[in-house]
Amino acid sequence: MDDDLKSTTRRAFLRGSAAAVAGTAAGAAAAGPDPLITELQDWASATGEGVDATPYGLPIEFEGDVIRRNVPWLTADPISSINFTPIHALDGTITPQGCAFERHHSGAIELRKDDYRLMINGLVDTPLVFSYADLERFPRENHVYFCECAANTGMEWAGAQLNGVQFTHGMIHNMEYTGVPLSTLLAEAGLDTAGDLADKWVYVEGADASSNGRSIPMEKALDDCLVAFKANGEALRKEHGYPVRLVVPGWEGNMWVKWMRRIEVMDGPVESREETSKYTDVLENGVARKWTWVMDAKSVITSPSPQSPITHGPGPMIISGLAWSGHGQITRVDVSKDGGMTWETARLGKQGDSKALTRFYLDTEWNGEDMLLQARAMDETGYVQPTKAQLREVRGENSIYHNNCIQTWYVNAQGIAENVEVS
Amino acid sequence: MSKSLNSIFIPALGGVALLLGAAYGLSSRDYGRDQIDMLQDRVAQVEGQAATARSEAEAEAAKSAELAAAGSDLEARVAELEAAVASARSSGGSMTQGAPQPDTKTGLGRTALPEEIAAWDVDVRPGGIGLPEGRGDAYTGEEVFAENCAICHGDFAEGVDNWPVLAGGFDTLADKDPVKTVGSYWPYLSTVWDYVNRSMPFGAAQTLEPDDVYAITAYILYSNDLVDDDFELSHENFAEFEMYNKDGFIVDDRAETEYPIWRTEPCMENCKDSVEITMHASVLDVTPEEEGADQGAAMPEATHDDAAAEPTSEEPAAETAVAALDPELVAKGEKVFKKCSACHQVGDSAKNKTGPALNGIIGQTFGSVDGFKYSKVFRAAAEEGRVWDAAEMAEFLTKPKAYMKGTRMSFAGLKKPADIDAVTAYLQSFGG
Repeated sequence: MDDDLKSTTRRAFLRGSAAAVAGTAAGAAAAGPDPLITELQDWASATGEGVDATPYGLPIEFEGDVIRRNVPWLTADPISSINFTPIHALDGTITPQGCAFERHHSGAIELRKDDYRLMINGLVDTPLVFSYADLERFPRENHVYFCECAANTGMEWAGAQLNGVQFTHGMIHNMEYTGVPLSTLLAEAGLDTAGDLADKWVYVEGADASSNGRSIPMEKALDDCLVAFKANGEALRKEHGYPVRLVVPGWEGNMWVKWMRRIEVMDGPVESREETSKYTDVLENGVARKWTWVMDAKSVITSPSPQSPITHGPGPMIISGLAWSGHGQITRVDVSKDGGMTWETARLGKQGDSKALTRFYLDTEWNGEDMLLQARAMDETGYVQPTKAQLREVRGENSIYHNNCIQTWYVNAQGIAENVEVS
Repeated sequence: MSKSLNSIFIPALGGVALLLGAAYGLSSRDYGRDQIDMLQDRVAQVEGQAATARSEAEAEAAKSAELAAAGSDLEARVAELEAAVASARSSGGSMTQGAPQPDTKTGLGRTALPEEIAAWDVDVRPGGIGLPEGRGDAYTGEEVFAENCAICHGDFAEGVDNWPVLAGGFDTLADKDPVKTVGSYWPYLSTVWDYVNRSMPFGAAQTLEPDDVYAITAYILYSNDLVDDDFELSHENFAEFEMYNKDGFIVDDRAETEYPIWRTEPCMENCKDSVEITMHASVLDVTPEEEGADQGAAMPEATHDDAAAEPTSEEPAAETAVAALDPELVAKGEKVFKKCSACHQVGDSAKNKTGPALNGIIGQTFGSVDGFKYSKVFRAAAEEGRVWDAAEMAEFLTKPKAYMKGTRMSFAGLKKPADIDAVTAYLQSFGG
C-alpha cells in the first residue's frame, strides 16, 4: 500500500471536516441542514450497553490511538526499555495510569501483595520487615508529583530527531500518589544508630531482577520521599511497580524504585550501576557529572505539535502545553510564535502543586501564518528554562540526560507541525 | 449561600474572612449570582491553598480590607490573595495536611532475621565493602563469560546488536560520540561485581556463584586490556584495583555553573534579530511509524518505506494442533514462558532476538529457525535431522547445557516437570 497516499488522504479528510466545523464555529451559514441533527440517529433511538458491560472500563474505541508508544531502535530489547506517554493527546495534568510511560530494566514483574516484603536494615536501631498490610496501617498522605525519566528529550541533544512530542517529551507522567512518608518508616526502624544524619544515605532497591538500586542522601529521604501504593486512587499498575514503589519528588525517575523491597541506611553511596555508568552526564571535556538528581524547570507545547496538527481553519486557536520543575512550583510560562524573538505570557491552569505538572494555555488566533512555536517555563526559584544553545554552551553535546531545553515546533500554513531546531 | 460562605471561611481563614465577608456583602448588591458563585469557587481554591500560608494571607487580608470597599475591586483582591498565598506557600507543600509522624513507635512490622538480611543485603560498595569471599582469574572468566554473557555482550565484550559494549572506548569521552564501557567509563570495580552478581545474566539474575562473578569481573578487565589473562581477582586484592576513569567524575555543579546564569528576568521583545530553522527532524527520519490506517491521530511526516515489514504468519496447520491443547495448561505455560521471554519471542510478530523465535518449534528440525545464528552443537543437530518433540524439549529444558553441550543459551533449566509440560503446551499453541 502507498502509505504516503494513505496519510495524505487521511489528512485531507481531517482538514475537510475540520474546516466545516470551524465554519460553523465562526458563525458562517451552514451549506444545508446537518443530517446528524435532522435525521434520527441510531444512538438516539436504540439503547446502548448496560452497566457491567465492562467491569473495569477502558477508553472508548475512538480514542484507540491514545496509547504509549516506544522507539524500537533505542534499546536492544523491550524487556529493558522505555515507552512514552501520549502527552499530545492528553489535557489537564493527571496522567491516566494506563497510558503513563513505562521504563523497565528487567521487565515488569508480577508481585502479589501477599508475597510483598519491605526490609529496612543497615544503620538502624532495629532492622525491620514490613508486609503490605503493615504499610496500610501507617498514617498516609496524598500528593501529586511528576515523574520524569532523566533521559526525557535525551535523543534531541545533538539535533532535532523525533517528530512527535510523545517521543521528545513523553518520558513523563503525573499522578496523585497515596503512600507513607519514607521518614515515618525510617523513624519506626530508628535512626539513633546512624548518628549524625548529615552524611548518611539510604540505598533503595527493587524486587525485580535488575534491582535498579539507587543511593539517596538522607536529607532527601527524610524530606518528601513517599512509599507509595496507590496512584490516581487505585493500586499502582504492574508496570509502575505494583504493589509498592518509591516516590522521589522532583528527582529523576530512575530513583523512583519500583517493587521496592529494601531500604538500607548507609554511611556512603553504593555507586551502583544506575548511578555511575548510567544517569551520569558527560560534559564536553569528557568529565562527567554525577548525582545530578533534580529535574530542572522545563515546558513543552503539546498542541499544536507534530502528532497534534492544527485541523481547523482561521480564527480562535488554543496553544496548550505542560510545564514542571523539580525545584517546586511553576510560576510562569511564556510562549513565542516566532522562534523566540517575542514572547507572551500564557495562562496557567490549576496551580499550587509543587513538583507536579502545570498546564498552560495561550488563547490566541491563527490565520494560516507560519509559526515557530516555543514555550519557556519559570519556577519559584526564578530559574528560566534555557535554550538548547545555552545548554550546549555549558555542557557540550555528549550528554544524554537532563535535557530541559526550549523545544521548537515549526507550524506551516496547512497547520502541520514539525520538530525543528532554530538559530 | 451566605451560610456556606461563613462556614467555609470564617473558621478557616480568620482575618481573610473579614475581607471576604465584606466583599460578599458588596457582591450581593452589585454582582450577579453567577459571578458570586464563581468568586466563591475561586475563594474556595484560595482557602484550600492557604493551609501552609495562613499568616501571610491574614496579613494580606488586613492590609487590603479597606480597599475592598469598592465592589469592582473584588476580583483583583482575590487574584492578589491567590498570588500572596501562592508565593507564601512553602516549597514542597501540598493540598492535603501532612500525616502525623507517630510520636512513639507503632510496633508495626517485625524484626528482620539475620538470615533474611544476609539473603537480601548483597550490595557491594567501593572498596569492596560487602564482598563475599572468593576468587577467579581472567582465563577462567573467559569461559564463564562465553557461557553466560557472550550471547548479548559478544565473546570479546564488544556488544552484540544494541546490547552494551563492555570493552574498549578508551579516551573517547570527550569525542562526539563517547564510547562508555566498563574500561573507559566506570569509576568503581565494585559496581561491576555488584551488578553482575545481582542483575546478570539477563533473564537468569542471581544464579552465578561468587567465584564465577570474580572470574567474569576479571575477564571484563582483561577484555579491556587492564590486566593479563593470569590475573586473579579475589576478595583480598579487590580493594586495590583502581579503574581507568576513577577521577572522571564531579558532583553535580549546576547550582554553580548554571542556575546563576539562568535565574534572570527573561527577554520578552526583540530578543533576537532573526530566526532561521537550522535542522528538521524529518531529515533524520527516525520517528517510529504508525501501524495501521485506522489510527485516529495523523503523523504528518510518517515515513513510507517498509510498509510490508510486519508480515504475520498464520499457518493453517497450527490451528488444528491448538484445538487439542488444554487451555489451562497453555495459560500456565504462558506464565512459565516469562522466564524465556528475555531471549525468545512467540506470536504473530515474533522475531529472532537473543534466541530464535519459537513459533512452531515443536515438530521442527533442531537449529532451523530462519535467520538465527546457531551454536555449533545446534548446527550439528540440524545436519543430523533431529526434530523437536515434547520429549526432546523436556530433556533440553531440564538442563540445557548438559543436553546440548555448547549451547549459548544461558538458562539454568526448569526444575519442575509440570512447568516443562506447561511451557511445551504453550509453545505448541503457536503451531507445531
